[in-house]
Amino acid sequence: MKLLIKNSRVIDPANNRDEILDILVEDGKITKLAKDIDLSVQETIEAAGKIALPALVDMHVHLREPGREDKETIESGTLAALKGGVASVLAMPNTDPAMDSVENIRMLKERIKNSSYAHVYICGSITKGRCGEESTGIAKLKNEGAIAISDDGASVDNEELLLKALLEAKEYKLPVICHCEDKKLSNRGVMNLGIISTRLGLRGISRESEYKRVERDVLLAERISSPIHITHLSCKESVEIIARAKKKTIMVTCDTAPHYFSLTEEALLDYDTNMKMTPPLRTKDDVTAIRQALKDGTIDAIASDHAPQTVNEKEIEFERAEFGVIGLETLLSVSITELVETGILSFSELIKRAALNPARILKINKGTLSIGADADIAIIDPHKQWTVRKEEIVSRSKNSSFLGRQLKGVVEYTIVNGICRRFSHSL
Amino acid sequence: MREKTKILDVEAMARSLMRIAHEILEHNRGSRDLAIVGIRSRGAHLAVRLAECIKKIDNKEIPVGILDITLYRDDLTLLTAQPVVHKTEINFDIHDKNIILVDDVLYTGRTIRCALSELIDFGRPQTIQLAVLIDRGHRELPIRADYVGKNIPTSQDEMVEVRMSEVDGKDEVVIMEKG
Amino acid sequence: MLWTKKDLLGLEYLSKEEIELILETAESFKEVTTREIKKVPALRGKTVVNLFYEPSTRTRISFEVAAKRLSADVINIAVETSSVRKGETLIDTGKNIQALKADILVVRHNCSGAPALLARSLAINVVNAGDGWHEHPTQALLDIFTLREKLGRIEGLRVVIVGDIAHSRVCRSNIWGLSKLGAKVTVCAPTMLIPPGIEEMGAANCCAVSCDIDEALKDADAVNVLRMQFERDELTAFPQQLEYFKNYGITEERLKRAKKNIIVMHPGPINRGIEIASEVADGANSVILEQVTNGIAVRMAVLFLVAQAQDKNAQ
Repeated sequence: MKLLIKNSRVIDPANNRDEILDILVEDGKITKLAKDIDLSVQETIEAAGKIALPALVDMHVHLREPGREDKETIESGTLAALKGGVASVLAMPNTDPAMDSVENIRMLKERIKNSSYAHVYICGSITKGRCGEESTGIAKLKNEGAIAISDDGASVDNEELLLKALLEAKEYKLPVICHCEDKKLSNRGVMNLGIISTRLGLRGISRESEYKRVERDVLLAERISSPIHITHLSCKESVEIIARAKKKTIMVTCDTAPHYFSLTEEALLDYDTNMKMTPPLRTKDDVTAIRQALKDGTIDAIASDHAPQTVNEKEIEFERAEFGVIGLETLLSVSITELVETGILSFSELIKRAALNPARILKINKGTLSIGADADIAIIDPHKQWTVRKEEIVSRSKNSSFLGRQLKGVVEYTIVNGICRRFSHSL
Repeated sequence: MREKTKILDVEAMARSLMRIAHEILEHNRGSRDLAIVGIRSRGAHLAVRLAECIKKIDNKEIPVGILDITLYRDDLTLLTAQPVVHKTEINFDIHDKNIILVDDVLYTGRTIRCALSELIDFGRPQTIQLAVLIDRGHRELPIRADYVGKNIPTSQDEMVEVRMSEVDGKDEVVIMEKG
Repeated sequence: MLWTKKDLLGLEYLSKEEIELILETAESFKEVTTREIKKVPALRGKTVVNLFYEPSTRTRISFEVAAKRLSADVINIAVETSSVRKGETLIDTGKNIQALKADILVVRHNCSGAPALLARSLAINVVNAGDGWHEHPTQALLDIFTLREKLGRIEGLRVVIVGDIAHSRVCRSNIWGLSKLGAKVTVCAPTMLIPPGIEEMGAANCCAVSCDIDEALKDADAVNVLRMQFERDELTAFPQQLEYFKNYGITEERLKRAKKNIIVMHPGPINRGIEIASEVADGANSVILEQVTNGIAVRMAVLFLVAQAQDKNAQ
């Protein structure tokens, strides 16, 4: 099976490449990159004026299977990924049951094999049931196929326990992903604590609840010289802590999600539950800090924190609504609109943060268009715009923060292992 | 709308009011137990003037009240322009009084119906009599005026405009027609 | 000035002119309440539903009386609430009420933003009768109405609001309303009951914060005393009630040092000896019962105005 992509602008930061080339894909691998490849193949994509980039690697996705298939399934979630130009996702372990045992991971692997459209990597949990009490046994999880561990949705409050996990993970070279939230400080809050929460009469989540935990986790990483990844950074102080840590060459990496560099707490002024997530949307200053950190590399990666929730959990009183928003389908376009169009990042820098860096952090062989690499390619039209419409969302849940928004950059094809899927967006 | 004809000028209006005042006094055998209530807004000004006329003849002050019928209208839901609620000001007991209800133009009779409903909520007058400056016909309810300044036959698409110096800067009554 | 809003969700969302229209309309309605027959047919044939997710006798009764004086039919629904309440969603309840052909939905809810959710989902008029810590617009309107009646104006007045500012919807609505009409507001409470950014609420530079009630009362034209609910979760960590009364309670002693004619308001129900001394509550400066009377006129005005707005939309 051969596939030829003609005349696209190939951007591949791993190889410092940004030029108009043809790409030849054979049996799921990239075999040739050259000008004017003249070959008769089964499938040719004419891609003049378009960009071919390594399909994105989203290192923070909630596929909800097993347990909450009414919100999302592996099938619907990976299809949504493809529509967003994402070919690899890291499935977070807060499923029901949690990914805290060999049996559960085995079961998930089986399901992935049967119904996935994209590469799904498994993140195991640090503690049993993600309760923060008893360690799961990292070696076993790794042997069964987990490529990272996290108690995402919760931070491990018990320092002792987290330290033990970090040491074990260091030994087995498994990335540890930390959700930084001190629930004692964010206690029952539903949005950023500040003038807007005061105006709306809603319980606030303090910035301290995030950055104090970032501070702690970074200190732990320093203490035992082990790598740590902080996920979904939302506030300025967290960014500053990471920047200082990186200067001290502590092995810390981090990511943020598109909503944290494009929206502020003011989006909540009409009690829109599609703006409710943890950490919460912060202030203009925070958005500026996050954007700057993406530019200067303090923040390594962009991940969607795709968190599907049903209508029943969202179209209710704000305080009672679930946290979280979907993001796979808008990850790339929001990033282009908010970061590339505004001149904060070049396309190449964006691809680095949304494909190459996450692959490197997760130690998976993705995020490049090197010869011999898996043919995971997204072909986008960077000039076209589209509007996010509920009816056209592929994910089983529709809780997007960007409904009604016009976004730049349309994913036209996503190729996974050489298999091409075409998408149409209503513009 | 443009002006078609002038029916009353300042002198004619004054004469009409004076005549009505005489009729009221004659009919009620003096000003005892009389009170005047005008319907906002021009009816209220007419009420004040009628009271002045009566004072000139009888040398007696009679109580004057103002009725705002907005809350009693039966066409609230049909109005294209939103009604503005003003105060009703009746600062005297209407019980057993002979009330002269005053409005500028009598047309369908619906305004008067509202005014009667509202007045009766204030108490039980001996009588309610109706005085209008203009009766233009086209009644939709069984209502008739006891005192009329001038009867004017009109067509439905004409409008009778009563202008009073208190609000319009001059006293006159004109018929407006489309065009 | 015309009324165009389908719903009354809060004073934050109203212009100065809209607030003034409500106040002026309420004046006309106040006259109605002095008549022998205190009822006008303005909303005859309309149905007002009071949907209360929080127990509140006084606000509910005030709305009920207001609706009845406008000749509307009134249905009261009290919903049992608990955090684990299952069953019908708020929107479903609202749609059911709409299907009953109710015209105006008056809603009290313990969640901030619940009336906004209903207003978005329903075609009928929604009036906020208090939502969480967010707003209680009709309470603030009646406070402002009473103040205006007593002092003849709002512009330039200095009003102190004292009590649990952080959890008070009455306070938030008052800040919006008073500041839009040109008054200066000082909120006064122990630091832990002052929410962040409150001084930036309302019109620009109209809201100040103080932790010293005696200082705050100095040039105040009025003080609005909020009810202290020591039974609520957020106040369990709070110093003793007596301590609060000593430091923030409105007593005769304190009023002696304030302006002689300072107006004392309270949204009720009052806790005698907790936030306000009995002698003050019953004293010459208190307008607490007048507030209750004015509440009916204000709510009549609100019900009347939103009903007109809907009729306009229907055309």
